[in-house]
Amino acid sequence: MPIIEFKKVEKYYGKFHALKNINLQVEKGEVVVVIGPSGSGKSTLIRTINGLEEIEEGQLLVNGYDLADKKTDLNQIRKDVGMVFQHFNLYDNKTVLENIMLAPKLVLKRDEKENKETALKLLESVGVSDKTESYPKQLSGGQKQRVAIARSLAMKPKALLFDEPTSALDPEMIDDVLNVMKEIAKEGMTMVVVTHEMGFAREVADRVVFMDKGEILEDAHADEFFEAPKEERAKQFLSKIIKH
Amino acid sequence: MISVFQQHGQELLTGLGNTILCSVIALFFSLIIGSTFAIFEVLPSKLLRVIGRIYIEVFRNIPLLVIGMFFYVVVPQYVLPMDGFTAGTIGLTLYTSSFIAETVRAGIQAVDSGQMEGARANGLSFMQAMWHIVLPQAFKYVIPPLGNQFINLVKNSSVLAFVAGFDLMYQGDMIASATFDTFNTYIAVGVLYLIITLPLSYYMRYLEKKLA
Repeated sequence: MPIIEFKKVEKYYGKFHALKNINLQVEKGEVVVVIGPSGSGKSTLIRTINGLEEIEEGQLLVNGYDLADKKTDLNQIRKDVGMVFQHFNLYDNKTVLENIMLAPKLVLKRDEKENKETALKLLESVGVSDKTESYPKQLSGGQKQRVAIARSLAMKPKALLFDEPTSALDPEMIDDVLNVMKEIAKEGMTMVVVTHEMGFAREVADRVVFMDKGEILEDAHADEFFEAPKEERAKQFLSKIIKH
Repeated sequence: MISVFQQHGQELLTGLGNTILCSVIALFFSLIIGSTFAIFEVLPSKLLRVIGRIYIEVFRNIPLLVIGMFFYVVVPQYVLPMDGFTAGTIGLTLYTSSFIAETVRAGIQAVDSGQMEGARANGLSFMQAMWHIVLPQAFKYVIPPLGNQFINLVKNSSVLAFVAGFDLMYQGDMIASATFDTFNTYIAVGVLYLIITLPLSYYMRYLEKKLA
């Protein structure tokens, strides 16, 4: 059974048709990269998976919960599906360590000692263990994003969503973040990644989903997609992106 | 002025004590009530948002004296007996809470929406996110306007004089009408208000600097 499954999902912002007839499955352990021009609905798509955006029609099953059902407890889904944002969204009033320990403490009731050990281990694995007592504003963008990834991992999620995780970073910081993401992918995490990093997509993704104007135009194995995209618009998009 | 203190020190001290007591009680409860209605105003539930709006608009736009008199005259007559101090303090609390609600709401809305989103995506409930992440940041923004509200609250507590609340203003009125020494009496009363408000004002400024 797929861990994430879209069935004929429709989403509107007022009259604007943001997602059109989305059908998509993500299996456990898969890395799916979503690409497409800006305004194509990539972010909207990924934000429906943890209920940050509601859907109007169709069915969206995540880890057995139905997001179309108003009675579904979104917190249950968010416990198991972490998200990493373009602008990090670290808690500005908390230190790095507190950022990571807060949700496990409040939501999972993890005991203090175990919580701290887990947090320190994660910070080490993302390479910011020297910043535990710093506040987000004292960190570089790359460090912030790595802390944000550690914060998501601390919940021991079944899947992780990445919404343009490197788009707000200075070029020299991007690799640090991508390397951390590659490590996570290697460990078998289910990942849905909205990104413009084609190198990452080619290297790490099992599948590439190409979106335009709210529709999924192509859903293919990464190799196939980059070798020979079937859709004309996907070809144009790739040629534009790879030029520079 | 010195002679007023010498001859009526006891009454003035009682008044000062009541003014401080009323202010502390009203400050505590108006902060809680005001913050609660501020949260109402940013809730996803439309019903609660409307309730919050109505509360704030009603108490913000009726004169404090009317609210005080309502609790002093109307409420004891039909609902529940209470003395002037209680009536005045309740009126002051409700009145001030509507201003605090507006101030805190503005503070909440000044916090980047990514903070709430990050917390929700991290698994926190709306209230957990509010309490641990958004409100602490919102209060930092609103310390200066909140300080103004606190100072206004102390000064507005003089409404107790109209409902026999035995506060500083009430005692001043009594002394003035007994001695006819209005000049010195009201100067003395003014000085005593400054003794409360000036340190408060400096403390708020200190907090603002410390948290900035």
